Amino acid sequence: MAFNIYDFTTLTHSIHVGLAESFSPVVATTIEWVIVGVSYLLFVALFGLFLVYAERKVCAAFQQRLGPMRVGPWGLLQTIADFIKLLMKELIMPRKADWFLYNLAPFIVIIASFMAIAILPFAPGLQSFDFDIGIFYLTAVSSVGVIGILIAGWSSNNKYSLIGAMRSGAQILSYELSVSLSLLTMVIFAGSMQFSTIVEGQRDAWFIFSGHIPAMIAFIIFLIAGTAETNRGPFDLAEAESELVAGFHTEYSGVKFAMFFLAEYINLFIISAVAATVFLGGWMPLHFGNLESFNHVMDFIPPVVWFFGKVLFVIFVIMWFKWTFPRLRVDQILTLEWKYLLPINLVNILLMALVVLTKFHF
Amino acid sequence: MKSFIEYIASILKGLWTLLVGMKVTAKYFFTPWNHVTQQYPENRDSLVMFERFRGEVIMPHTENNEHLCTGCGICEINCPNGSIEIISKSILTPEGKKKRIIDQHIYHLGMCTLCNLCVKACPTGAIVMGQKFEHAVWDRALLTKVLNQPGSKIAEGVKE
Ligand code: SF4
Ligand code: SF4
Repeated sequence: MAFNIYDFTTLTHSIHVGLAESFSPVVATTIEWVIVGVSYLLFVALFGLFLVYAERKVCAAFQQRLGPMRVGPWGLLQTIADFIKLLMKELIMPRKADWFLYNLAPFIVIIASFMAIAILPFAPGLQSFDFDIGIFYLTAVSSVGVIGILIAGWSSNNKYSLIGAMRSGAQILSYELSVSLSLLTMVIFAGSMQFSTIVEGQRDAWFIFSGHIPAMIAFIIFLIAGTAETNRGPFDLAEAESELVAGFHTEYSGVKFAMFFLAEYINLFIISAVAATVFLGGWMPLHFGNLESFNHVMDFIPPVVWFFGKVLFVIFVIMWFKWTFPRLRVDQILTLEWKYLLPINLVNILLMALVVLTKFHF
Repeated sequence: MKSFIEYIASILKGLWTLLVGMKVTAKYFFTPWNHVTQQYPENRDSLVMFERFRGEVIMPHTENNEHLCTGCGICEINCPNGSIEIISKSILTPEGKKKRIIDQHIYHLGMCTLCNLCVKACPTGAIVMGQKFEHAVWDRALLTKVLNQPGSKIAEGVKE
């Protein structure tokens, strides 16, 4: 089996050929689906656990603490222990909750996250499907999750949950606009909505460099609105612990709570991965115009490493936001979106269109 | 036009203040040697408590087993929850005068809230806050202590 760390197409191709030789086409396709599904599940579970651990450590360092230190060396096994604890907890349901919707909500949230993660290109050949309206699809499915949150808040029969869900709805409806518009700016620049084309277009220079001012403004807006979309601090109104107990998932326990929790971290990963792909070049190594030897050294680092390096960098910045800024009030959140981000975004799109028209870019 | 300039200025100012905040936390993040967490049981031997830490009320004694307590009972009156009991006794001074001195300064650590009021009230500064904090015992009675050591007496020249 050919294995090449720089390009996974040979690997996936040889798996496909091997399966097609030994099974009938239907069985082979089914097996491939199962393999893809299991690898996504494994990846999400492991990366989710890692992100929870990283969040606790990063938060601790920002507050001059050490974070978890007891379970395993440097507390490395802490999140695994927490996860096992969550799995073993009793599932409690409020007596007057809506049984069907209450149980459905966590699945909607997590399925929306999985649908979004499927479109991301991790490395050449490591993308489960790639079609020409990739970004459109991504913005569409990433807003499905809020339906799950609204259902969770409504069906729990608890006022805190309901308030949290309503806040989350208002917030995501507003910020979805900024996320889409800032992505649209980059779509204008890239001239495509397909992720593979977008990544390919950054072979010589990442969009944030080649698109200079409008790209940078779009990047900042995307970071702000993306943080709001994932319901993370300073936009964590939906689960404001000090006001709403835990917001929309107050009434959930055990493994259903774990699903909401995991979905939150997958969404963090998705937002960071999209930022890394659209603005920072995805799995493309850092290239500078005509520095041949430098570019060659950069090519030596595998694309997967580049991708995860960029994603982790963006995740770090978003965590930095969370542990620095105080939570906004509801009116401040809406002011920020409708009076600041939206107008800036619209002007920025015009600016980008001008830049593309006049070819004033690198 | 003026309001437009104000609008732009408010955006820039807002961004600037956010960056200032991020600079502060970044400083914390990138100076891990300044972290305040103590790995307690591991660093038990090297752990130094802070000067202002209140662990328990103690009565310092000199090497001649002398203390500064006159047995006046002011600390007992000042304690909000009755953690101190002063038992005094009368003795005859060599000059043949009757004098009240401390017999037992009883301190209930189990009830004390470490509020420091007794230490502040004591006119002679006889009691202070100690820094020991490992007070766990198997028997509650062990938390009742007599602060003046057996056979101790008041130091010379303490004004009453
Ligand atoms: S510290 Fe406060 S509670 Fe404790 S003995 Fe003194 S006055 Fe009473
Ligand atoms: S400790 Fe101080 S306040 Fe208490 S009885 Fe002795 S001298 Fe008086």
